Amino acid sequence: MIAEAGLATLWIAGALSLLQLFLGASALRPGGEALMRTVRPVAAAQAALVAIAFLALIQLFLRTDLSVALVAANSHSAKPWLFKFAGTWGNHEGSMLLWVTILGLAGGAVALLERSINERTLIATLAAQAAIGLGFYAFLLFASNPFERLSPAPAQGQGLNPLLQDLGLAFHPPTLYIGYVGISVAFSFAVGALITRDVGPAFARAMRPWVLGAWIFLTLGITAGSYWAYYELGWGGWWFWDPVENASLMPWLAATALLHSVTVLATRDSLRAWTVMLAVVAFSMSMVGTFLVRSGILTSVHAFAVDPQRGAFILLLLALYIGGALALFGLRVGTVKEGATFEPVSREGALVANNLLLSVILGIVLVGTLYPLGAEAVTGEKLSVGPPYFNSAAGPVALLLIAIMAAGPLIRWRRDQGREVLQRIALPVLLAAIVLFLVILLVPGIRILPLLGLVLAAGTAAASVAPLWKRNLRRTPLFTWGMVIAHLGIAVSLAGMASEAAFTKETLIAARIGQTARVGPWEIRLDAVDPIAGPNWTANEATLTARRGTSEPFVMTPQARMFSSPPTETSEAAIATSADGQLYTVVGKPDAEGRWQLRLWWKPFVTLIWFGGGLIALGGLLSIIGRVRRERKPKWDEVYA
Amino acid sequence: MTAIKAKNQRLVLIVLAAAAVIGAVLLGMWGLRDNAAFFYAPADVARKGVPLERNVRIGGMVKGGSIRRAADGVTIQFLVGDETDATIPVRFTGIAPDLFKENSGVVAEGRFQPGGLFVADEILAKHDENYMPPQLAKRGDKHKTETLR
Repeated sequence: MIAEAGLATLWIAGALSLLQLFLGASALRPGGEALMRTVRPVAAAQAALVAIAFLALIQLFLRTDLSVALVAANSHSAKPWLFKFAGTWGNHEGSMLLWVTILGLAGGAVALLERSINERTLIATLAAQAAIGLGFYAFLLFASNPFERLSPAPAQGQGLNPLLQDLGLAFHPPTLYIGYVGISVAFSFAVGALITRDVGPAFARAMRPWVLGAWIFLTLGITAGSYWAYYELGWGGWWFWDPVENASLMPWLAATALLHSVTVLATRDSLRAWTVMLAVVAFSMSMVGTFLVRSGILTSVHAFAVDPQRGAFILLLLALYIGGALALFGLRVGTVKEGATFEPVSREGALVANNLLLSVILGIVLVGTLYPLGAEAVTGEKLSVGPPYFNSAAGPVALLLIAIMAAGPLIRWRRDQGREVLQRIALPVLLAAIVLFLVILLVPGIRILPLLGLVLAAGTAAASVAPLWKRNLRRTPLFTWGMVIAHLGIAVSLAGMASEAAFTKETLIAARIGQTARVGPWEIRLDAVDPIAGPNWTANEATLTARRGTSEPFVMTPQARMFSSPPTETSEAAIATSADGQLYTVVGKPDAEGRWQLRLWWKPFVTLIWFGGGLIALGGLLSIIGRVRRERKPKWDEVYA
Repeated sequence: MTAIKAKNQRLVLIVLAAAAVIGAVLLGMWGLRDNAAFFYAPADVARKGVPLERNVRIGGMVKGGSIRRAADGVTIQFLVGDETDATIPVRFTGIAPDLFKENSGVVAEGRFQPGGLFVADEILAKHDENYMPPQLAKRGDKHKTETLR
C-alpha cells in the first residue's frame, strides 16, 4: 500500500513540475501577469509531494518490505537499523529519488523564501527549476521506478554491498547531492536572469547563498568521501583520481570559480557574462558528475546502474540540459551589458586569474576523466588514466592557483600598485623562503611537488590571516572571517597532502605471532589473530601492540572481514591518531607457514588534509551567515557598495 | 595601463578564457601521451608484444594452480590467462585485494620487464565477488558476466 501511495505521489509531483514549467512560461508572456501568483504555490506543493514519496520509500526500507523489488534487491532484514535507513539511497533508484527530492525541496525553498529579486526573474528561475526536475521525474517514472513490486515476494533480501554498510553512506550521498542540486539552483537563477535580461548585482546577491551553500556541501562531501575511502578501503590512500571522485571534484572546481566571480558581480558589478557562463559550466559539471556516477559507464562501488537503457536516458538528459544551457547562453549573452571595469593589478584581476586557473584544472581533470571513455568509443582501445597524469598535469597549476589565492585578499579592489602589493606579501614570502631552506636542509631528496606544497602551505597560511592584521577583530565582518578561515583551510589541507606525500613510511611483512615490525617511529608487535563474528559477517581480527619510543603501548585491532550477504571480503583498517599523524594498520591473509600479512603505514600530519577541508567548509558557513545577515539590512549594503 | 573601456576589457577576458581552455587541453594531451595506461589482455601481448618503460594495465583470469608465494610471505607470482592459450606471468608484492583468487578475474597495473614478466604495483580491488573488470565483461567471458548491481 505504501509503495502504491509513494508511486502515485511521485506521479503527481512530476505532473506539478510540468505545470510549474507551463505556468512559469505562460506568466512571462505578455498578458500572463495573472498567472504569476500561481507559480510559487505550485513549486511548494511539488516539494511537499516529492518529499512524501521519498519518506514512503524510507518507510519501505525500514520495514524491509520484500514485496518491493528495490528493497528485496538491496536490503536484508538482518541489517542494522541505520543501514536500512541509509540503504534507501544506497542503490540506483533510491539515490535518483533522493536527487529529485532535494531538487524539489530546493525549488520550494526558493519559492517560499526568495523575496529580493525581480518577481519575473524569480518566475523564470522556478520555471527553469521545473524544467530540470521534469527530466529527472521522467527518468524515475519511466526508467527507474523505485516502488516496483516483486511477485512473489522473496523470503529474504539480497543485502547491501558491505562497503556501503558504513556510517559514511548515511551522509556522503545526501551531502554531495545537496551540493549538485544547489548548483542547479544557481544555474536556474542564471537562466532566469538571462531570460528576463536582469543580469546584475541584485541577481548575483540572490544567487550567492545558493552557490555558497552548494559549495559548502560539496566541500564537506568531498572531504568526507576522501576520509571514508581512506579508512574503509584499507589502501592507505586518501585520493585515487577515480572517475567518481573526479565527478565530485569538477563541480567543486567550477563552484569555487563561480563563488568568487559572483562575489565580484554582487559587490563591484563586474564579470557579468563571465558569472553566467560559470553558472552554466558548474551546472554542466554537476550533470556530468551525475552521468558518470549513475549511468553505469564506470564500474565502481558508486555505479549502481548498469542498464544501458538508463545510461542512454541520462546521456540524453545531459545533452539536452547542457546543450540547452549553452544555446540559451549563446543567444542571450549579447543582451548582458558590460559591467564596471578594473585594472589588471587589482582584487578583480587576481580573481580572474583564480577563475582562469580553476578552469584550467577543471579542463585537465575533465580531459583525463573522459579520455578513456572517448578513446574506447572511438578506437576501441582500452586504457586508463590515473594519478601520474593528474598529479603531473594538474599539480603545478594548482600550486600556482594557491599562490595567487594567497596574494589575492591583500590586493585592493579596482586598482592597486604592484610595489605596495609586494610589500604586503613580503612577510609570507619570507616565511615560505625560510621553510624552503629548512626543508631542503632537513629532508634531502624530497620530491619537487611535496617540497613546493610545504613551502606554499607555509606562505599561504601566513598570507591568509594577513587581512586580519591591525584590524579590530570584533568589528571584522563575518564574511571576511569566512574568507580568512577558508583560505587558511586550503593551506592546512595542502600541508597535510604534502606531508603525507613526503614523509609517509610503509612496512609490509609476513609476521609470525609474537613478531615485531617497525614503521617510522613505531614498534608494532603481532600478539594474536582471532576469529570473531558480527551480525552479518565473520572476521580474522589481529591484535597488535603499538609502542612509540618509551611511551605507553596500546592495542590496535585491524580486521579482515567476510560478509555473508552478499558474499564479500573487506579490510577494516585500525587507525591510531596522534597529534602528529596517523598509524594505519591492515591485516591480510595467512600463508602456509602460519604467518600473517601486515601492512603498516605511518603518515605524519595526514589528518590535516581533512581538518583543512573542514576549515574550508566552516569558512563557507561563516561567509553565508555573514552575507545573509548583511543583506537583511539594506542600509548597510548601500554603505558597502 | 590607463582607463580601460568595458568592451575592450570583455575582449581581453574572452581571449584569456580561450587561452585557458586551450592551455588546459594542451596540458591534458601532453600529460596523456606519457601517462595513459593502456590495457593489455594476454592475447594482446602475444600478438603485439609488450611495451616497456611505461605503465600499463593487464587483465584476465588468474590461472588455476598458478599462484606461488615467495619466502618473504608478501610476494606472489601467478599467471594471467584469457580465452586464448596466451598467459602473462605477474609478480606482485603487497596484500592482494580481497577476493583475489585462482580462476577469478583480475586487473593489475604496473610495468613489463624485458623478459616478459609483469611487475604489478597494484592489483585493483574488486568491490564484490560478481564484479568483473569492464574490459573482461566485454570480452564475453562466460564464467562471470554478472556485474555489480
